[in-house]
Amino acid sequence: MEVILDNLPLYLRGFGMTLYLLGLTVLFALPLGALVAALRISPVPSLRVVAAVYTEWLRNTPLTLVFFFIAFVLPRIGARLDYEIGAVVALTLYTAPFFAEAIRSGVNAVPVGQAEAARSIGLTFGQTLGNVILPQALRGVVPPLINVTIALTKNTSVATGFFVFTLVSTGQRLANQNGDQVIPILLGVAFFYLVITIPLGQFADRLEERVVVNR
Amino acid sequence: MSQVLYDAPGPKALARSRVISWVVAVLVLGGLGFAIFQLSGQGLFDADRWDIFNDPLVWLDLLNALVTGTLAAAGLAAIGAIALGVVFSLLRSSTIKWVRIPTTVVLEFFRGMPVLLLILFILLVFGVPAFWSVVIALALYNGTIIGEALRAGLRALPKGQREAGLAVGMRPLQSRLLIEFPQAFRNMLPIIVAQLVVLLKDTSLGYIVGMTELVRRGRLTSEFFGAGQYAFSVYFVVVAMYLTVNLSVSFLARRLARRRGQRLDTGRLKEGGMGDQSAVGNAPIIGAADGAAGGDGSGTS
Amino acid sequence: MRLKRMSAAVGGIALAALLAGCGAPGSAGNDGGSDGGTEEETPTGDGPYNLEIAENPEFDAGTTMAELAEEGSITIGTKFDQPLFGLLGTGDVPEGFDVAIGALVASKLGIPFDSIEFRETVSANREPFIQNGEVDIVVATYTINDTRKEVVDFAGPYFEAGQSLMVLAGNPEGIEGPEDVEGQPVCSVEGSTPAATIVEEYGAELVATDVYSNCLDPLRGGEVVALTTDNVILSGFVAQNEGEFELVGDTFTKEPYGIGLEKGDDNFRTFINDVLEEAFEDGTWERLFEETAGQVLEVPEPPMVDRY
Repeated sequence: MEVILDNLPLYLRGFGMTLYLLGLTVLFALPLGALVAALRISPVPSLRVVAAVYTEWLRNTPLTLVFFFIAFVLPRIGARLDYEIGAVVALTLYTAPFFAEAIRSGVNAVPVGQAEAARSIGLTFGQTLGNVILPQALRGVVPPLINVTIALTKNTSVATGFFVFTLVSTGQRLANQNGDQVIPILLGVAFFYLVITIPLGQFADRLEERVVVNR
Repeated sequence: MSQVLYDAPGPKALARSRVISWVVAVLVLGGLGFAIFQLSGQGLFDADRWDIFNDPLVWLDLLNALVTGTLAAAGLAAIGAIALGVVFSLLRSSTIKWVRIPTTVVLEFFRGMPVLLLILFILLVFGVPAFWSVVIALALYNGTIIGEALRAGLRALPKGQREAGLAVGMRPLQSRLLIEFPQAFRNMLPIIVAQLVVLLKDTSLGYIVGMTELVRRGRLTSEFFGAGQYAFSVYFVVVAMYLTVNLSVSFLARRLARRRGQRLDTGRLKEGGMGDQSAVGNAPIIGAADGAAGGDGSGTS
Repeated sequence: MRLKRMSAAVGGIALAALLAGCGAPGSAGNDGGSDGGTEEETPTGDGPYNLEIAENPEFDAGTTMAELAEEGSITIGTKFDQPLFGLLGTGDVPEGFDVAIGALVASKLGIPFDSIEFRETVSANREPFIQNGEVDIVVATYTINDTRKEVVDFAGPYFEAGQSLMVLAGNPEGIEGPEDVEGQPVCSVEGSTPAATIVEEYGAELVATDVYSNCLDPLRGGEVVALTTDNVILSGFVAQNEGEFELVGDTFTKEPYGIGLEKGDDNFRTFINDVLEEAFEDGTWERLFEETAGQVLEVPEPPMVDRY
């Protein structure tokens, strides 16, 4: 316990970086995910294909390999990114398809009659989606989006191997200096993750219940 | 399918669609071409960056790591995760408070911990071998996710199912196990399989405790022969192996989903996230068939 | 690629040793074995490192040595990604000086090279692997220090390395020693002792990753001015990437490499120390070094075993 308090600044530094990565990634991945979700149901086949290939590719590749691509392959074609920015890019590319799928599942939850009704009064594709489906889908979409965000929070730990100082780096550094207190040190790291993930999870659960009740 | 959202395209729309398709094709191919040009300018496609793959031993090592490391750990963890998921979902949807609440706390803990840390913990605290610490950590984490999916599946069932069960004299647990559970499991199959793909990918985190699996072995291989020279080609091969395995799993899942779709046909939740129980009784707007195996999106760690 | 040639050479030795060495234990067995390990001089021994396998070594019942000798096998933790010390190519047997030292200990227990199982140890799992018995000993560029001694015991040291700095060939930044990297980005592995030293004592800005080889690209690209860790590890990279990098300055720490084993197993520790001292004296240590790390590094004086 003492070891955590003594090294609080180091924990906070890792925690800060975790929050930074989390915030920026959500900021970029959410719109990208929405775009991908829209592309996947668009009337233009080629757009559907591009979105589907992107989704399948990223969802089936381990995150470490996405990081590896950004950190070691991209520089070879002339795109050398700052490490923290690179981490945000890797996390964004990886997370966006998961966001897209969450949004899709929310859209699915809207009764098909809604779309039929919107279409039958002459609304276009964009109008149907934007004015009728998405507002209704939103409620159902939020819980799965939060679940993806929880996973993302933990995924930021993978950046540790790629020159970014995260909470896991805190743990590694302290564990090396205090070999006899590894378990409390790691519990400290876990605590800071749980500070983010548990409230998010609770929020999602609460919302979920409301969605159920409302229908 | 998405037909509900727009009319069958007329000549104008078709023309526009064709133009967009061409633009997209040009953009994508152009981007790819540029990347390939740049990479080959760096000599990344030269034969001397790929010659290690002439050595069957290199392939043997990678395949060995894939089968005895990645797939073995993933297989065992998958069995564990499904079993745990079943138990967790039953405990958490229990009507007894002192069963439900502790389960919730435990679940929240495992759900919020990075798998990387969980693996380390299990190794340090329980002193099990590295391989098993990876298997147990993955089973625990994915068990909670699958458990949540199954619970959502249980809640998504029409109330009548449980009421009917109770009405014919079943005890609550009997009704859960014999009537509700099989239906929930079938409905949630795509999500479960998608989560198993996540699990498979997460075996790569075993590097933290020195478990030999595909990513680690690939890295060792490229380092041994000279990372500067072979990092790219080994990376390429390893990604191809993951895609092959995972897409096969996803394909299988889609087949399962489609078969299930025929049997249960309409009025069922086709696909949905963990928080998505509201689709009961409505056909989905976007079908499952054109999508990935399942849209849960509870990513990895 | 110098290293490839080197590994080919080591491989060649291994093959020759395998061919020649096959007969050795068998022929010794034919003599009828009451002579207890005093085999007559044979030019080649067992395994890639030509080690003589002790014949029916005798140990007190109940000791770790007796158990391992009885089993006829041993599990050794080594690095798999450290050129010169423990590097895995194809197959599942690494090569390098650590591997040779591990094989030496095994040979004195009467365990041939083929019966050694090598497990990869990374910084996070060395102590747990020893504690939970997943490995019998760890020989993995494992620096002896006091915090580690609280959970495991060390035999040795069998080698003394020291922290150093590696820069681009030609030293464009003009770095002469650790004093020159203050406030500059330096790459190392997070949670390693060299990383802590360069930050805390020399005020460098740490750019951290999980394996040292990840640092090469940033060094090439100029995002970091140096890579720091033990000199022998750096030498491996210099050799592996001919003409790209160089070491600067003297070593500025002492890193005695020890053999990690279960805490409190004093008999075993004494036994390994004896084995090491014998090898220091009869030239085996020097020969093993020459055949492995000595391909690149100069052969140093053997260190003094620390029987604490």
